[in-house]
Amino acid sequence: MPKVTVDGLEIEVPAGATVLQACELAGKEIPRFCYHERLSIAGNCRMCLVEVSPGPPKPQASCALPATEGQVIKTDSPMVKKAREGVMEFLLINHPLDCPICDQGGECDLQDQSVAYGRGGSRYDENKRAVTEKYMGPIVKTVMTRCIQCTRCVRFAEEVAGIEEIGAIYRGENMQITSYLEHAVTSELSGNVVDLCPVGALTSKPYAFVARPWELKKTAAIDVMDAVGTNIRLDARGRQVLRAVPRINEDVNEEWASDKTRHAVDGLVHRRIDRPYVRKNGKLVAVEWADALKAVAAAAKDAGKSVAAIAGDMVDCETMFAARQLVKSLGGTMFEGRQTGLAYDTSSLSAVNFNTGIANIENADVILLVGSDLRREAPLVNTRIQKAVRKRGAKVFAIGPDTDLTYKATFLGTNLGLLSKLPKDVADAFKAAERPAIIVGGGALRYEGAHGAALAFAKKHKLVRDGWNGFNVLHFAAARMGGLMLGYAYEGGIKALAAKKPKLAFFLGADEVDYSIFADTFKVYVGHHGDAGAHAADVILPGAAYTEKSGTYVNLEGRVQRGDRAVFPPGDAREDWSIFRALSDLTGKTLPFDSLDALRVEMSKAVPALGREGLATYGWDVPSLPDKASADIADYPIKDFYLTNAICRASETMQRCSRELVHGEEWLEAAE
Amino acid sequence: MEVSLQDKDRIFTNLYGFQPWNLDAAKKRGCWDNTKKLLATGQDEIIEIIKASGLRGRGGAGFPTGMKWSFMPKTPTPERPNFLVINADESEPGSCKDREIIRHDPHRLIEGALIAGFAMRARAAYIYIRGEFIYEAKVLQAAVEEAYAAGLVGKNACKSGYDFDVFVHRGAGAYICGEETAMIESLEGKKGQPRLKPPFPAGAGLYGCPTTVNNVESIAVTPTILRRGADWFKSFGREGNAGTKLFQISGHVNTPCTVEESMSIPFKELIEKHAGGIRGGWDNLLAVIPGGSSVPLVPAAQIMDAPMDFDGLKALGSGLGTAAVIVMDKSTDIVRAISRLSYFYKHESCGQCTPCREGTGWMWRVMERLREGKADVSEIDTLFEVTKQVEGHTICALGDAAAWPIQGLIRHFRPEMERRIAEANGGQMLEAAE
Repeated sequence: MPKVTVDGLEIEVPAGATVLQACELAGKEIPRFCYHERLSIAGNCRMCLVEVSPGPPKPQASCALPATEGQVIKTDSPMVKKAREGVMEFLLINHPLDCPICDQGGECDLQDQSVAYGRGGSRYDENKRAVTEKYMGPIVKTVMTRCIQCTRCVRFAEEVAGIEEIGAIYRGENMQITSYLEHAVTSELSGNVVDLCPVGALTSKPYAFVARPWELKKTAAIDVMDAVGTNIRLDARGRQVLRAVPRINEDVNEEWASDKTRHAVDGLVHRRIDRPYVRKNGKLVAVEWADALKAVAAAAKDAGKSVAAIAGDMVDCETMFAARQLVKSLGGTMFEGRQTGLAYDTSSLSAVNFNTGIANIENADVILLVGSDLRREAPLVNTRIQKAVRKRGAKVFAIGPDTDLTYKATFLGTNLGLLSKLPKDVADAFKAAERPAIIVGGGALRYEGAHGAALAFAKKHKLVRDGWNGFNVLHFAAARMGGLMLGYAYEGGIKALAAKKPKLAFFLGADEVDYSIFADTFKVYVGHHGDAGAHAADVILPGAAYTEKSGTYVNLEGRVQRGDRAVFPPGDAREDWSIFRALSDLTGKTLPFDSLDALRVEMSKAVPALGREGLATYGWDVPSLPDKASADIADYPIKDFYLTNAICRASETMQRCSRELVHGEEWLEAAE
Repeated sequence: MEVSLQDKDRIFTNLYGFQPWNLDAAKKRGCWDNTKKLLATGQDEIIEIIKASGLRGRGGAGFPTGMKWSFMPKTPTPERPNFLVINADESEPGSCKDREIIRHDPHRLIEGALIAGFAMRARAAYIYIRGEFIYEAKVLQAAVEEAYAAGLVGKNACKSGYDFDVFVHRGAGAYICGEETAMIESLEGKKGQPRLKPPFPAGAGLYGCPTTVNNVESIAVTPTILRRGADWFKSFGREGNAGTKLFQISGHVNTPCTVEESMSIPFKELIEKHAGGIRGGWDNLLAVIPGGSSVPLVPAAQIMDAPMDFDGLKALGSGLGTAAVIVMDKSTDIVRAISRLSYFYKHESCGQCTPCREGTGWMWRVMERLREGKADVSEIDTLFEVTKQVEGHTICALGDAAAWPIQGLIRHFRPEMERRIAEANGGQMLEAAE
């Protein structure tokens, strides 16, 4: 632990810290552009210069200089002030004066730091440099004249996203940042460069000229686009959420978010169900709430105990709990959340959990992926493994069709039989591994015996050992783990449930269900988008999307997280739990909660883990399942990353991403 | 006190290509003469001899070569071998010594590579040769092949039991690749941009392995130093500036040439003896850039009797650099000359770090206006400040190199710059606006 002196203050800093980190520990602000905690050190902006002795008699870049014993660091000397002013002046001479029309305005590092450290006026009388725009895809808008060549985006693409598609061409003052051959950047994480860019060179294309940051109401929330549970901040103006940006959570998403998380929010204002409908003579007719609820109550009376609830991928635990309590009050026992027909055993949640943990998977040294296309199913888990491969030299093997995961993975084949007889080199790698892990995805779990074979594999290769649990199942629905905790799993899956021919079923935002198997059921759809579920429904009750209700979500590693409401549901739509509460009045068995808080109390009585934010503990007590698997994994469940749920499908941005990045179509701009 | 160099003491005996470059001819000149015995001296002993000889790096910075070698790890592992990189990317305007060595005496370099590589326990040497040196690259490649064929390098080099490979790598024309870490990046196949230091190349260089980057001349003189002894080498030049040196005299002299001379030879003697004097006589001398384009110029009066060595020129506020002596007589448009150098640095800046990327263009544009006097007098001060904002704030020394010529100009020729401004403004001197 070296001791250094920063502006006269002596502090001890951790070994390996840089001078910049030492200054921050001493409470000194060091201006910077290129330096970023999560990226490699470039040292090229020269804004973080400080005076260090012993050392050469010139200012040093603090971001790249190791802090050593006895250093005397000055951050407020005349030399440092002059150096900062000099660098700032250089950065500004070729930076356009277009702050009034720049989307970065108000959250621009260059703006803030030029006020704090600049010299107030320019001495540059020559013409400013102009740089042609670059095309970086449907998410990232470029105004490259504003670029200060900090190369954060280049380093992010290479080190975090794992794609070498952004780089610098030309040199000197002609240096330009561009994507490879000006093609769209093919990363699910491309939107993060917008946050990383310290100036307005890379801004959000869908959000261009929409709002200023000071106009926005900011709400902490949890993302539902995948099962990672990305911590997000919803920025809303009036009744509309205008953008979603990540919050920092080291255990979950670090400070990244996938493009879907960021940009599906424009789907929240399209195809919304904002009033109740009842099907009359085969046609859905808009009705008042009272009539819709009466229709459902009547159906409930006919149905008796033959009632089911099917949860969709994006619903919160409160909704599922309220629906469960209603169905139970009617005597129903059928619950399912695995819409696409998965029927794996759920007797122990530890057997279907991501036990290693999202952050901890970085420490794995040998990883076997089974039917899991991580890059599309959980991009932010994929970046963790990419980090394990890049930084720690982890080996990744995969069973399943060949797919580009952004890092080197050895594809062993598609046959699940490989689980019991691995090639020798792979088996040896697992034998030598200290922290081996397996990740089983939905692509494998649908086959008979796959789950058992994976558990047998875990046993055989001792994936669970002291302080390490390497058995992981990767879900990609935000509601999945919460649903399983609330009992939304029917033995035999949704097909077995449909075979019981329930007379009444509640579909909670369930849009991936094959509705043909529920032909004889009275279908009540509680949700927010006019998608597959609404089309098949007999009664539609308008609910709230994830931005419009406070909700509890459990991510794929069993982490219970809560998000807050950013805006109100549109029109006559209501928060889902209150719909079930209202229905219970009509069915005669009033649910015992009148507020969300009361509901949460009831819910934590039923499932205590849902009452506490943080990791739920499932222990390790796995059932013994049939472990003979011989099927070939035909494909991965996610065919189109950008169109996986009703919100995405209603989002113009996501449709554009899909057409351009998945289907390779040109997107035509309207002529001006 | 200096006695100018006698023929018997010349290291580069085929500098002018009067004899063939090939192995047979080189052997007659003394190259590869019992190199095995030289290697038998021992690795640390060789480094000690080079240290004792007082050899300072010939690439411009003048860092003691022996000391540089001694930074290399003494026990490299097969997974992390030591490397020697030889900087033949001679792109400094005015410099033309490495070209002569490679063109006419490549075996001196290759033998030096083996000895230096052996001393620093390197697995291989990479000779990074400037892309424009097409003929030289061909000669060097052919010479390396000759040396391989004769068993002088490669497995069991010179039957010494030491395995040593020599690779020739051609650059693609960027001046910045002559900076040692940019050269390493370029060798690795990346964009030639200097790396941050620390870590220094001796800790983590080429492919992350310990690496020493040396100039061609530094390496090429080592075999002769070992053969003739450190004391012999040290007998030339002043204390701390030992040895012989290739001076490259260009510009307004009667017979421009590259010549090997003793260090510390006075400027006047150097020019009189080898370059046939100044064009139009000594009174016609305006200024000299004594060490290649990146060092500040020295006006005539100060340079006359100055000793041409590292310390002597440093005392004049300039530097020896690569000893590329650019002589300018009074017909020179000195502002234009420096402006042209500014353009060179603007053109060659890699663009990685801010002060150099933005500053070089700014400086050049102001210089272009000052050339014609289309500026305000106060802009000279601004320009000087800008050069100070670039100098010492960058990752590599290119920022310094871009700043120094302009600083030299302003320091010594400010009246000329002000005269032009006055002339452009109708003949009268304008006061700086308050």
